[in-house]
Amino acid sequence: MRLLSLLVSAVVTIALLIVLNTQLSIGTTKTPKLGYFLSPQQGFWKNAEKINDNFDATILSSDLKGNVDVYMDDRLVPHIYADHDEDAYFVQGYLHAKYRLWQMDFQTRVAAGRLSEIAGADKLSIDRFFRRLGMVYGAAQTEQYINEHNPIMKATVEAYTKGVNAYLKQLAPADMPFEYKLMNYTPEEWTPLKTYLFLMFMSYDLTGRSATADLQLTNTKEFLGYDLFTKLYTNQQDSLDPIIPKGTVFAKPSIIPIQPESADSLYFKKEGSPHSVASTQKSPEAPDKNNGSNNWAVSGTKTKSGRPILCSDPHLGLNLPSLWYEVQITTPTHSTYGASFPGSPAVIIGFNDSVAWGVTNAGRDVLDYYEIKFKDSAQKEYWYNGKWETTTNRQEIIKVKDSADVIENIAMTHWGPTMFDWHYQNPQSKGRNLAVKWTGHNASTGVETFYKLNRAKNYDDYINAISLWKCPGQNFVFASKNGDIAIKQQGSFVARWEHQGDFIMPGEDSSYDWKGIIPNEENPMIKNPLRGFVSSANQKPVDPSYPYYLGTAGSFPLYRGISVNKRLAEMDQITAEDMQHLQTDNYNVFAQVARPALHKFIDPEILSPEANRMIALMDNWNLYNNENEKGITVFKLIWDSVENAVWGDELAKSPIPLTKPESFVLLDQMNKDTNWVIADNIDTKEKVETLKDQVNLGVEKATKVLLQLERAGKLNWSNFKATRVSHLTKIEALSRMNLPIGGGVNIINATTDTHGPSWRMVVHLTDEIEAYGLYPGGQSGNPGSPFYDTFINYWASGKYYRLLFLPKEKLMANERTKWHIQFKTI
Amino acid sequence: MKSSLSISLKLVLTMFLSAFVAYAIGLYSVLPWWSFVITNFFIAILFAQKPINSFLAGALGIGLLWLVHILIMDSQNQHLLSTKVANILPLNGSYAKLIVITSLIGFLLGGFASLTGSLIRKPKEV
Repeated sequence: MRLLSLLVSAVVTIALLIVLNTQLSIGTTKTPKLGYFLSPQQGFWKNAEKINDNFDATILSSDLKGNVDVYMDDRLVPHIYADHDEDAYFVQGYLHAKYRLWQMDFQTRVAAGRLSEIAGADKLSIDRFFRRLGMVYGAAQTEQYINEHNPIMKATVEAYTKGVNAYLKQLAPADMPFEYKLMNYTPEEWTPLKTYLFLMFMSYDLTGRSATADLQLTNTKEFLGYDLFTKLYTNQQDSLDPIIPKGTVFAKPSIIPIQPESADSLYFKKEGSPHSVASTQKSPEAPDKNNGSNNWAVSGTKTKSGRPILCSDPHLGLNLPSLWYEVQITTPTHSTYGASFPGSPAVIIGFNDSVAWGVTNAGRDVLDYYEIKFKDSAQKEYWYNGKWETTTNRQEIIKVKDSADVIENIAMTHWGPTMFDWHYQNPQSKGRNLAVKWTGHNASTGVETFYKLNRAKNYDDYINAISLWKCPGQNFVFASKNGDIAIKQQGSFVARWEHQGDFIMPGEDSSYDWKGIIPNEENPMIKNPLRGFVSSANQKPVDPSYPYYLGTAGSFPLYRGISVNKRLAEMDQITAEDMQHLQTDNYNVFAQVARPALHKFIDPEILSPEANRMIALMDNWNLYNNENEKGITVFKLIWDSVENAVWGDELAKSPIPLTKPESFVLLDQMNKDTNWVIADNIDTKEKVETLKDQVNLGVEKATKVLLQLERAGKLNWSNFKATRVSHLTKIEALSRMNLPIGGGVNIINATTDTHGPSWRMVVHLTDEIEAYGLYPGGQSGNPGSPFYDTFINYWASGKYYRLLFLPKEKLMANERTKWHIQFKTI
Repeated sequence: MKSSLSISLKLVLTMFLSAFVAYAIGLYSVLPWWSFVITNFFIAILFAQKPINSFLAGALGIGLLWLVHILIMDSQNQHLLSTKVANILPLNGSYAKLIVITSLIGFLLGGFASLTGSLIRKPKEV
C-alpha cells in the first residue's frame, strides 16, 4: 500500500515537473515553460522593476582605459562623460545591453536569418529570404573591409562590442530580459558582425522594397501589356516640388548610360501581349512603403533669433522597444546628443555643440534582379556574354528549433547571389532564376559617417563625413551655429538609363549591367539657398533636367514635400515652437486637390440619401487629419473605393498581387480627361462606364462601409486609424494600442496605423543649443519597467521634451539629473 | 494530545526549513528553477513525519515562500508587469489570478516532492 502511495506520489511529482518545464503548444504558438516563467526567483517576476528604483551603480572593467561617469536624467537618458573615445563607446554598448539587450539580439537575428533557431520551422521562409538576399554576405563584406582598412572604426566597433559583452558577463540567468524567458532561449555574445548585420537590416528596411517591388512591377507589366502599363504607371509628377528647387542647373553628367539595343524586345517586351500568371506559394512581407521621413533646416534669415533651426523626423515602423535610444556622449574630442541605434556605436540623428544633422530616405532604386540561364539544375554554370561562366556555391546553415538544420545552397554569380531558383521561389518570382545585385552587398563604412558627424564642426566636416555614405541612400540635412544650412542626397546611386532596373533585367549579357555609380559631386545638393530653407520629404530630389534616371514614381511620395515647402516658404520669424507645430501638422494637401476633383463627378441626384449625408460630412471637413475629424475617414474611404472601382477590374484578374497605380495618376486624370477609357469596367461588356459612373459607384460602396463604421463608433479618424506601437513580437499585451493621434499618409505628421515619426527632433542652433525631441517609446526595453513606454502619450499629443545637453559640471548640478553610474578601470 | 502538538511543531519547523533552503538555493539562478523539488524531497527523508504532514510542510513552505515573494515584488512594481503577463496568459489581465496560480504551482510541486520523500522512509510508529 505504502509502495503504491510512493509510486503515485513520485509519478505525480515528476509529471507536474515535466508539464511545468515544457513549452506547450497552443495553436501555432508555444507557451513559455510555465513553472520556470512563473518562478519568483528566476521567472518573469524578476523583471518586475521597482517603480522607484535607484539606478546608481559602480561597474568595474579591465577593458577601460580610464574612468567614465554616466549621469541618468529623469527620463533615463544617459549622459556619458569619458576621457577616451573608445571608453565612451564601451559604455554606450554596456548601456544599450543593459536596457535593450533582447531587442538588439532579436533584430540582428532577423537580419541574419536566424529566427528559426529560436522560433522553429514557422519562420524558415523569412530566414531563407534574408539569407538568399545576401544579408549575411553583405555584413561580412563590411566586416572584412573595416578590419583590413579602417583601424579607427574597427576599434570603435570593438570597444562597443566589449561593452555589450561586459554587461552580458555579469548578467545572472534570473535577470535576463523578459522576452528570453517568454520565448525560452538565452542571450549570446555580441560580435562586431552583429553591428554590421543590424546596419544591413536598416539598408534592407530602406532600400529592400525593390526586392519585392521589381518583381511585382514586372508581373504587372506582363499582365497588362506594355501600352496599358505605361499609361497607368507614369513617372511624370506634374505637381512635384523637388528637394532641389526646380530650375536648378545641373552639371553635365560624367556617365552617360545608354539603353541596350535589345531592350525593347528583351527587357520592355513591348511586343508581348498581356498574359496571365500562375501562383503557388506565399510571398514574404516587403518593407513598408511608408518608410520615409521629413527633415528641414531654416536659415537665420527666417528665424526670430537669427540662428538656424534644424528638424528631423524619420518615419519608420512604430515598435516597442523603440528602434531609438537617446544618449549624450561627451569626450575630449567631441560632445554630441541624439538618437542612437541599440546595436551600433555613435549617435545617428542628433547634434553636437557646433552643428546638427538629420536624415530622410532617398528612395532611389539600388537593388535589381537579373534573370539567369543556368546550364542545368546543378547551377554550376550560367550563360553570360556568349559562354558558360562558373558560379561559386555559398552555403548557409539555418539552425531550426526542434528540427534538423536546413542547408541553403546559393549560387553566386558575378551579379550577386541567386535569390530565386528551383530551391526557393515565391508566387512573384514565377519560377525564374533571379540573381540580385544590390549596393547593400558592398562593403560600407557607414558607421564612420555618423562617427564623423558626431565630431563635425562645420559644413566641410559635414560634406566630408557624408561622402563616405553608400547604402541606404539618404537626404542628409545640415545646419551649423555659424549660420550654414544645407541638404545633400548621398549614397551609392546607380547611373541608370530610363527605366533601367524597374523590371527584372536580362542577365545573359553585360549590356544590362550598371554603367557605374554616380560620382558624389553629381549627387543633388544645395547650400544656403536664397529661399532660406532646405527640406526633404522623400519626394523626387530633382526635376526632370537632372541627367540621371531616379526610379519609379512609386518610390517618391509627392504630397508631404509640397506641404512642407509651402509652409516653410510662408513662415517667417520662426521659433523652435513653430517648428514643433509644423512637425505635428495634420493638413491634407492631397485631399485639398482630390476633394474638388471628386466633386466634378459626384451627382447628388443619383446618390442615395445616406451617401449624400456622407458627402456632406466630407465637405464640411476642415482638411486637417486631426484625431476627432470624421470627414477624413469619409474622404479616405470614398477615394479608396473610387480607385478600386477604376483599377479593380483590370488588376483583380491576376492571381498574384500586382502594383496599384499611384494615387496621383488617377487624380491627374480626373482633372485632365473626364472621358478616360481606363475607367470602363471591362467586366461589363454591354456598357461603357465613364469616370462619373465609377466615382458615384465608389461613393455608394464606401457609404455602406461608412455606415457600419458609424454604428461601431469608428468614424472618428483616430478610432478608424487605430495607431499602435507594437512590441517586436506583435504581442498586444506588450504593445500600446489605439493611440489618440491624427496624421496619416501624405501628411507632415505621417502617423498611419503602424508607421510614423519614430523620433522627432528640433534643434535651435543658438550659442547654448536649444533642442527638443522624443520618440514613441521609452528608454528601457523592459515591459516590466515604468520607463518602457514613458514617452508615448506625450508623443501622441504632439508635445516635446527639452533635451538636456550640458557639460559635466552643469549636468551634475541640474535638477533633472537623478542617478550616477560610475565605470571604473581595474 | 501532546504528541500531535509536537508533530505540528515539526510540521512548522520543516515548513520553514523547506522555504529557507528553497530560497537559498534559488539565489543561484544557474541551477534549475525546480531545485526546491530536490531539496524538499531530501528534507522530507531527513525529517520523518506523517506523509500528510510532510506534504503540508513542503506545500506550505514553497507555496507561502512564493506567495510572499511575489506579493513584495508585485507591489513594488505596482502590478505593471503582472497585469501584462495576465493578458498574455488567458487570465483577462487579472494579476490576482496570476499570483494565485503561481503560488499554487509552488504549493503543489513542493508538496508532492516532500510527500514522495516522506513515503520513501519506512513507516514510523507515532
